[in-house]
Amino acid sequence: MKISIPFLLLAFCFSINANAQIDPLLLKVEPKDTTQKSLNMDAVYNRPFITVGKLPVSLGGYVEVNWQHLGTDGVSDGHQFQFRRMTLFVASTISKRIKFLSEIEFEPAEKEIAIEFAAIDMEFHPLINLRSGIILNPIGAFNQNHDGPKWEFTDRPISATQMLPATWSNAGFGLYGKHYNKNWMFGYELYLSGGFDNSIIDNQQNKTYLPASKQNPERFEEIASGIPLFTGKIALRHSKIAEIGLSYMGGVYNKWQDDGIVIDEKRRLDVFAIDFNTTIPKSNTFITAEWAWVAVDVPNKYTEQYGSEQMGGFIDIVQPILKRNIFGWKDAVINIAFRTEYVDWNVGKFTSSNTNIGEDVWSIMPAISFRPNSLTVLRLNYRYLQQTDILGNIPSKTGGFSFGISSYF
Amino acid sequence: MGIKSKLIVIIITSISLVQACSKFEPITPAEDEILDGPVEGLSFGQNRQFLAGDVAFNGEVFTSQTGLGSVFVATSCVSCHAGDGKGTPFTTLTRFGQIDSTGNQFLHLGGPQLQNRALPGFTPEQIPAGATFSKFTPPANTGLGFIELVSDEDILAMSDPIDANNDGISGVPNYAYLPTFVQPFQNAIPQNGKYIHRFGKKASAYNLLHQTVNAYNQDIGITSTFNPKDVYSGNNIDPEVSDLTVHNVVFYLQTLKAPIQRNRNDAEVQQGKNIFTQIKCASCHIPSLKTGFSSVESLSYKTFFPYTDLLLHDMGNSLDDGYTEGSAKTFEWRTPPLWGLGLSPNSQGGQYFLMHDGRAKSIEEAIMLHGGEGLQSKNNFALLSQSEKNALIKFLKSL
Ligand code: HEC
Ligand code: HEC
Repeated sequence: MKISIPFLLLAFCFSINANAQIDPLLLKVEPKDTTQKSLNMDAVYNRPFITVGKLPVSLGGYVEVNWQHLGTDGVSDGHQFQFRRMTLFVASTISKRIKFLSEIEFEPAEKEIAIEFAAIDMEFHPLINLRSGIILNPIGAFNQNHDGPKWEFTDRPISATQMLPATWSNAGFGLYGKHYNKNWMFGYELYLSGGFDNSIIDNQQNKTYLPASKQNPERFEEIASGIPLFTGKIALRHSKIAEIGLSYMGGVYNKWQDDGIVIDEKRRLDVFAIDFNTTIPKSNTFITAEWAWVAVDVPNKYTEQYGSEQMGGFIDIVQPILKRNIFGWKDAVINIAFRTEYVDWNVGKFTSSNTNIGEDVWSIMPAISFRPNSLTVLRLNYRYLQQTDILGNIPSKTGGFSFGISSYF
Repeated sequence: MGIKSKLIVIIITSISLVQACSKFEPITPAEDEILDGPVEGLSFGQNRQFLAGDVAFNGEVFTSQTGLGSVFVATSCVSCHAGDGKGTPFTTLTRFGQIDSTGNQFLHLGGPQLQNRALPGFTPEQIPAGATFSKFTPPANTGLGFIELVSDEDILAMSDPIDANNDGISGVPNYAYLPTFVQPFQNAIPQNGKYIHRFGKKASAYNLLHQTVNAYNQDIGITSTFNPKDVYSGNNIDPEVSDLTVHNVVFYLQTLKAPIQRNRNDAEVQQGKNIFTQIKCASCHIPSLKTGFSSVESLSYKTFFPYTDLLLHDMGNSLDDGYTEGSAKTFEWRTPPLWGLGLSPNSQGGQYFLMHDGRAKSIEEAIMLHGGEGLQSKNNFALLSQSEKNALIKFLKSL
């Protein structure tokens, strides 16, 4: 959802000014240990917020800034500074069991201000909560748990942002709930929301590309197919072992009728994802992984350029190597980390030659991160990435360093 | 070492890593291993126009929003000409409906080109009953600016319609009428209002503007002011690509560098080159041609090595698909340039798909498919010893 940039900037400046009038001692930061144990679905609330005196509204947000120097097959665009995004959270407790939370994202490079999340949650029972507004579809784990400061890498995973279209949010309604039993935690989410459109198989990327639908702001008003997108997830966590999530998202994606006149067949999209995370007790090694499969009904008279099947995922391994007072930061942590990721954009064989359709990418990213506190991370990454074109020719190779800071505020 | 000094070491190492960043980045493939890139010596302004054409050719993907189709073969130039190299069965297109120089009899049924793909909700074309057809695998796009500048006089000097020199090889140009948007070259030598065409497998495109406009229109379903006819409806519609973009793409094609030979001084390669001449391959695949004047300095009055005569030859029955273009016969094909041959697999998914429809899966197979005027050469090849064959193929792969 796009809003006029000047308006929001004005509103933002005004709110900063307004804050400046307030005695800073009244501003109370409620730091959340963002590494604490909870389900991925809790990520939207599990964030640090500032409350001002007795105001029922709390504020928060994060920024992400990078430097990078990448080269592909010997050609580099040189040094780049990137202000990736700034996100603001506004939350309020309307009454004891009615809460509102919103997340507004500013991405200057995309010239975009987007309401990523803005929902009212009403609790009827811990197992039955109604959520309505702009929701983050719970497909995989990254989409709901994507805040920059939580990750040791300057870039979001390719599979989560370009195959699964994080951050992917839509207007919709849904139910969610949680159940605890000693070390066990169970959560479910069921949403009906707006969804995709034909651009997923008709776009500048020249491949099946779910994020293409994010370009369509009308999706907050109108579902292209007139049929809601269903997203469902169940997650199970044992506090000493791991969390595993299974999620599904699917529905008819294309505009098959207009003004009551049928213009196309109904075509479906189905996405299935599995996510997993754990902290190995002795070594404190944190592992998080996600894998997803996408099936899109592509008309067979169209072009194989647009694949009807995709799959991919990532695995991050984070190992704390030092936790102590560093430069006066109590409990500062240094981690080493490693990400491996892979996406096959077009699974299958060409009908014309029965040879494998290429169009895949894999990448590895070793990293060092420094966390002076639980809210801020400095990270230095090296990336090596290989990308194969649709014909399966010699892959292009990309490599280089990136350094970034991301912090809640 | 204390923690602070450790940290300082980490920071200093990090900074020095970062300082030397490009050392940790993948290296450029050797210039002679890739087909794309501009000819040397372009001015800054020409480099800019080259890049603008590069973006349109390699970056612009058409969608239903920007005019794709409604029937089409592919969504962008680069889909079929990856890395400016040859294509594969996936990018091979089909033409139908013409059997002799009286023209295409199936224009009203979607000829000459089959748009075998369609946007969702639309129906692609089918080959009409009674129409003969031929499949065309995309050729490489390199060095075409040099080829465009070969004079008609030089082309005619290579042709030998009545086989006056009695070598079994004739070779004729493809004469055809110019579309209205194409201006003839100043030094053109027309015949009864028809002009010598030179691009494409049947030499049926006059120059790179002609080829580019047709490609937008027939391959992608994109209309231009040059050819406003929509392939789906048959109606003239608004242009879907600007004149500027078309000219930039033409400039890009004109200034793409010529493939650079590798291992030129290798003894076996040189032996292969001699065999190539001895067994008369070089009678059609003429090693060197020259350009005339060009306003682009790097193209003007240059000798270059494409291994073609730009002429049509009778290639025998097995390569006769019963389809043709312009004044070519159904069994006649234009000698394809052999430069860049060794790099073909880089754009063909690691394999070879040679001859007009990609039916040959190796160089040897391609040679063995030569018939008609090429029969003698093929027979000579078959009689070579294995080591001579190897040398010849090594030479061809060095191109
Ligand atoms: C569907 C695949 C396809 C697409 C898309 C395509 N081409 Fe081609 N191209 C071919 C084929 C096949 C040929 C051979 C045609 C012929 O012989 O007549 C060819 C030939 C050419 C040639 C002549 C090469 C020579 O050696 O004679 C040029 C130049 C060219 N294409 C440029 C373009 C441009 C510019 C575009 C985009 C506007 C484009 N092509 C899009 C398949 C394609
Ligand atoms: C009579 C003229 C003639 C002679 C002589 C000739 N060729 Fe060819 N060659 C052609 C033509 C025309 C084609 C294209 C045929 C087609 O596309 O179906 C061709 C195609 C080829 C190809 C495939 C190129 C491609 O890009 O697909 C190779 C390789 C080749 N010739 C090598 C040779 C060699 C080696 C010899 C000597 C043994 C030879 N030719 C002799 C005319 C000739």
